[in-house]
Amino acid sequence: MVNVTYVAKKILGLLVTIFLVLSFNFYLFRILPGNPFTLLYRGASLPPEAKRDLNAQFGLDQPLWVQYLIYMRNTASGNFGISYQTHASVLGLVVPSLINTVVLLSVASAISIGGGILIGMIAAWRRGSRIDVTFSAATLVMYSMPTFWLGLVLLFVGVIYLGLPVGEMWTISFGTVDMLTQFADLMRHMILPLLTLVLGLVGQYVLVMKGALLDVFTEDYMITARAKGISNRKLLWDHGFRNAILPMMTLVALNLGLSIGGAIQTETVFSWPGMGLLIYRSILARDYPVLQGAFLMVTIAVIFANFIADMLYPFLDPRVASK
Amino acid sequence: MSNQTVLESEEKYSTARAYIKTFVEFSRLYRRNRMGVIGLCMLIFFVAVAILTPYLAPYDPTTTFSSAFLQPPSWTHLFGTNEAGQDLFSQVVYGTGPSLIIGFAAALIATTIGTLIGLTAGYFGQLIRDLLMRLTDFFLVIPALVLMIVLASIMSSGLTSIILAIGLVGWTGTARVVMSQTLSLREQTFVEASKASGAGDFYILRSHILPNVMPVAFAQTVLVVANSILYEATLTFLGLGNPAQITWGQILQFAFVSGAITTSWWYVLPPGISIMLVVLAFSLTGYSLDSIFNPRVRKI
Repeated sequence: MVNVTYVAKKILGLLVTIFLVLSFNFYLFRILPGNPFTLLYRGASLPPEAKRDLNAQFGLDQPLWVQYLIYMRNTASGNFGISYQTHASVLGLVVPSLINTVVLLSVASAISIGGGILIGMIAAWRRGSRIDVTFSAATLVMYSMPTFWLGLVLLFVGVIYLGLPVGEMWTISFGTVDMLTQFADLMRHMILPLLTLVLGLVGQYVLVMKGALLDVFTEDYMITARAKGISNRKLLWDHGFRNAILPMMTLVALNLGLSIGGAIQTETVFSWPGMGLLIYRSILARDYPVLQGAFLMVTIAVIFANFIADMLYPFLDPRVASK
Repeated sequence: MSNQTVLESEEKYSTARAYIKTFVEFSRLYRRNRMGVIGLCMLIFFVAVAILTPYLAPYDPTTTFSSAFLQPPSWTHLFGTNEAGQDLFSQVVYGTGPSLIIGFAAALIATTIGTLIGLTAGYFGQLIRDLLMRLTDFFLVIPALVLMIVLASIMSSGLTSIILAIGLVGWTGTARVVMSQTLSLREQTFVEASKASGAGDFYILRSHILPNVMPVAFAQTVLVVANSILYEATLTFLGLGNPAQITWGQILQFAFVSGAITTSWWYVLPPGISIMLVVLAFSLTGYSLDSIFNPRVRKI
């Protein structure tokens, strides 16, 4: 069923994009004034042997193309360098953060997509009604707010009036209580960041679902179905929904970059220990290796997510692979 | 000689008349769009605030009132004071101009890049188009905010690097819109006629394609300004701004870093609401312009 050339083309595209991102990442951080080495040991006096060792390890005494090869080899083997600030391995900082972000973002995305589909269907079915106008206006207003500000407002309300924790992921440390209490603790910390992200993300899904459904409604087969006397409910779900869901799926993958932008802001406000907080702290400390590793990790994660969406797409719409 | 001058001035007169006619026609269309009118009025309000800043702000935004730290709103301090005892109403008023200017400057860079890439991709052959669209897709895949953060932090903090970071990343939408416009314009008879009579590519691009792409690019710019203002606030909030320059994002950053957010609602609400209203104003205006200039798009 899945066309081999389609898959091969997508895999090739994936490899090319990853190669481009790696090269881009390398040159981007070489524009820096001074070399990474002098930045690494700002002010610290090192014995000359140690300096020589480090220079050799990062290849900083070599011409740029050799440095590029060394960088490629290091990155491929998971050596992303060490943090200026804590001198810990960048990979060790990035991976747990990425997992925490994926936890937050996937739950938020699932809620937003589900909610977006539902609200979009209501708005399309009753277009022009008071409900539709209210949703559209709300979407526009939500779009106009910076996500971090929405987070700040929710933080204020949640902490002052609802007694929710100010931030981070846990209050109770692992192993001291049973699983259920531990889970409840996580939920208490997660509710505000989730709400912020969902409110920030749901609008575009509503708009796209509504637009796609309105497009489907004008199709000939919808008019035929209506003429055949099919019930409204069947018309909306079996004919409308199933055809309108395809543009939604494309958007989900495309929107991932935007969602990550929202997650970075949300994590910063609520000190959620994910990529956003890691990036925020590296900005404040000007910790370039961590910033570079985080940028690489986030970008490659998004590219892979897009690839998976490309692979799933033929199953949702057989027309794609046969093109 | 004099005859020619008369002809020339007559021609100028009729061109001016044509412009006025177009403008009248345009404003008639625009006025019918209620959302657009609301957006434009809000926009005028904020531009007026930016221009009249010194007359509107009761105090210098950096003056500290030593007896008034984190005071709630009162008649002496309409929006209250911050943790340094500075008047927040004055700060929000003073933040208007820079926030607008940064948004404009970044959007200008983004739409210039986007228009150039869109024109090139749309006008010249398949190969160049494929290459440039690949580049655009590449920039679309990379999470925009993360790329901006990286660029801004490499370029040392400050307004210029924030403007550049937003401008260098935010051109993809414009490039796509301009490219599709150019593609359809290229097939028009007047372009073919111009080509047949020996006009060069650069001439055709400058005098036939660009003027026809301009309105759409303009509508795009207005929409990009909205995005740029949001991104400026975000980048500044994340600590990439210049702390000495008051913008709405900077006020919010101070509120966050000082920990005042959990105690002082007056510190957080006015700058955020200002950002929201300005972005709303630009979005409404931009969508209305777009629906007039580019009627086929965005029928939803």
